[in-house]
Amino acid sequence: MKTVEMPKMGDTMEEGKILHWIKHEGDPVKKGESLAEVETDKVNIEIEAYASGVLRKILVPEGESAPIGAGIALIGAADEPLPASIAGNGAVKSTATVAPLAQMEKGGQTAAAAQQVSVQSTPVSESQGRIFISPIARRLAEEKQLDYKRIQGTGPNGRIIKMDIEAAMAQMQAVPTAPAAQPVYAPPTPAPVQAPVPEAAPAAVETGEILEIPLTAMRRTIARRLSQSMQTAPHYYVTSVIDTGKLAELRQQINEYAEKDPDPVKISFNDLVIKAVARALVRMPQVNVSFAEDRLILKKQVHIGMAVALEQGLIVPVIHNADRLGILDIARESKRLAEAARTGKLHPEDLIGGTFTISNLGMFDVDSFTAVINPPESAILAIGSITPTPVVVDGQVVVRDRMKVTLSSDHRAIDGATAARFLQEVKRWLEEPFSLLL
Amino acid sequence: MRTITYRDALREAIREEMQRDERVFIMGEDIAGYGGTYAVSKGLFEEFGEKRVRDTPLAEEVITGAAIGAALGGLRPILELMTINFSLLASDQIVNQAAKFRYMFGGQPEIPLVIRMPGGGGAQRGAQHSQMLESWYAHIPGLKVAMPATPYDAKGMLKSAVRDPNPVLFIEHELLYNVKGEVPDEGDDYVVPLDRGELRREGQHVTIITFSRILHVVLQAAEDLAKEGIQAEVIDLRSVRPIDIDLIIDSVKKTNRVVIAEEGWKYYGTGQGLAALIYEYAFDYMDAPIQHVNSADVPMPYSKVLERAALSNKNDIVKAVKAVVPQALVHG
Repeated sequence: MKTVEMPKMGDTMEEGKILHWIKHEGDPVKKGESLAEVETDKVNIEIEAYASGVLRKILVPEGESAPIGAGIALIGAADEPLPASIAGNGAVKSTATVAPLAQMEKGGQTAAAAQQVSVQSTPVSESQGRIFISPIARRLAEEKQLDYKRIQGTGPNGRIIKMDIEAAMAQMQAVPTAPAAQPVYAPPTPAPVQAPVPEAAPAAVETGEILEIPLTAMRRTIARRLSQSMQTAPHYYVTSVIDTGKLAELRQQINEYAEKDPDPVKISFNDLVIKAVARALVRMPQVNVSFAEDRLILKKQVHIGMAVALEQGLIVPVIHNADRLGILDIARESKRLAEAARTGKLHPEDLIGGTFTISNLGMFDVDSFTAVINPPESAILAIGSITPTPVVVDGQVVVRDRMKVTLSSDHRAIDGATAARFLQEVKRWLEEPFSLLL
Repeated sequence: MRTITYRDALREAIREEMQRDERVFIMGEDIAGYGGTYAVSKGLFEEFGEKRVRDTPLAEEVITGAAIGAALGGLRPILELMTINFSLLASDQIVNQAAKFRYMFGGQPEIPLVIRMPGGGGAQRGAQHSQMLESWYAHIPGLKVAMPATPYDAKGMLKSAVRDPNPVLFIEHELLYNVKGEVPDEGDDYVVPLDRGELRREGQHVTIITFSRILHVVLQAAEDLAKEGIQAEVIDLRSVRPIDIDLIIDSVKKTNRVVIAEEGWKYYGTGQGLAALIYEYAFDYMDAPIQHVNSADVPMPYSKVLERAALSNKNDIVKAVKAVVPQALVHG
């Protein structure tokens, strides 16, 4: 019997929520087949079977979360007996979030619990795990016929407490006729089926002059991580103006060529910036660094994150080893990542390991802006629009295309002079872009 | 109303009861000429004479037996034991005799006995002289255990104890004797029942149940909590047997959260007994597990620093309250 564990699918992931089991108990499973759709703090991802056999037992039901490494299902032969600790007991299922001691204590009650389930002769959908709820919260929920299984508890151990029920009741009163979108709190339905939509948007609540929109997992993560970044990393900003004349010429030449490539591709200014930044990071590894309280962690590889704006938030897929990729491959990879991000098809490995991030708002006609560092990285480069600008060359005012870039750095890890030299380096690569091809 | 000390309130209760009923008399070690170890009976020997203010030998079992006998014989003795720790020498008399007679003889005899004694620590009396043993006695059917925390209650409850036909253990606290509080004028006869707790402070977020000396610490903690927006309801049990369970349950139904603060040890004591009762009668009203503030699970250290560490303080109570009152509830 093999245990399927909750995989780590992102640097910031601590737990994953099972949105939907694609395979069900008893289904034959081949290695590599998708088992379930999982919501992490950023994306929804299908997880694959690492072994073939029969999906014997689902340990974490739909809608429940499990920490990384926790068993979520068992795969084995059809006739293989289930481990005694799991056989016939639904209660053990969500113990992924319960301390081991509690598990041991529960062991003694296994038989009784199993019996109770069979006595109730509840439908199979009774695969809901144990939900912690305070007695008064349970009583209130029952009085108001509220399905507390859908409520997120805010007490210790995720326990649903009285104020959670009261908040849910207030919300229900605020939306007497819930819109089609599934409300977070709903009266019990006979057979709750979780629609496998990618990160179902929680229902907004309109009261008076305001509209309250519950946070999605992604928005929560953005809020948590960027506040943490701004509050702990002393940001400072260095701006440089880059002449993009030669860059534009080069881009045109490359694109003329790349069009005819067997695998045709169109490169963007951003792809060139990625390449230049990657080269600059190789030159100046002191920027490719993480601050770890008592030490600095210098990364030997250069993985460039590119901020992609989605309707529901921001995501930063990573171009790994960007310094070693040719410009066409960078273009292909950035295109793939942007597309995957938009369609929710990013792989876990697409989100892992970034060492530096580029945020580009050039397409929105902005002169320049400052970006918040994406921890645990120590710097982020904000790219503005390319703008025709009057400049003085040899005593004459001429019009040149210019692009402002602003580097946000964490002063704990990177000093001002280092940041300035790094920008010089980036500027040099971009103003003499031919060298990018060498 | 006047403000007097807990000690003076006790003395007034004794004096007034002795004036009211000539069957009332006091006995104990060094209570006559010396005025009592904690000066509670000072002056009473001069006022009432040696027949009604009797010094006894240092022999707790003997003098407790004598007091029980006097009670059975129709008198109303108030026996002072120097501390509750010494009552262990008399525990057979208290538990096996005083607590049993009414039950074993078909309710015929009355045992209108009061045993006064201080319990508790905090005055560097060492491990053998600093114990809270009320839980031992509160365990026994047939006994009443009163533990007033204020001068008003000390006087009113001692009077009730004297008039009660059953044996009452009246447990004081060395650190309470100098506590001051409002008490009606001397001769202004009032009693405080032995089966009623008192709501010392109203609040909606949490119920803190306490008794004896710690009440004063709890009230300070409640003040601090109020500054942070947490409104604690404070119940002074006043008696640990019988327990005013209605007062507790009504409050728990309102606040849904409970902190029990006592000076005694944690295991198998009054606090745990209360917690079990609350779960029994108000389980469906609980929003969080009951928190328990108590003394460290050690014999009381003699060292001042260690003794202070062993006793629970204001911060312990604040912490326990915050463990059950959600932040969002207060600021939401």
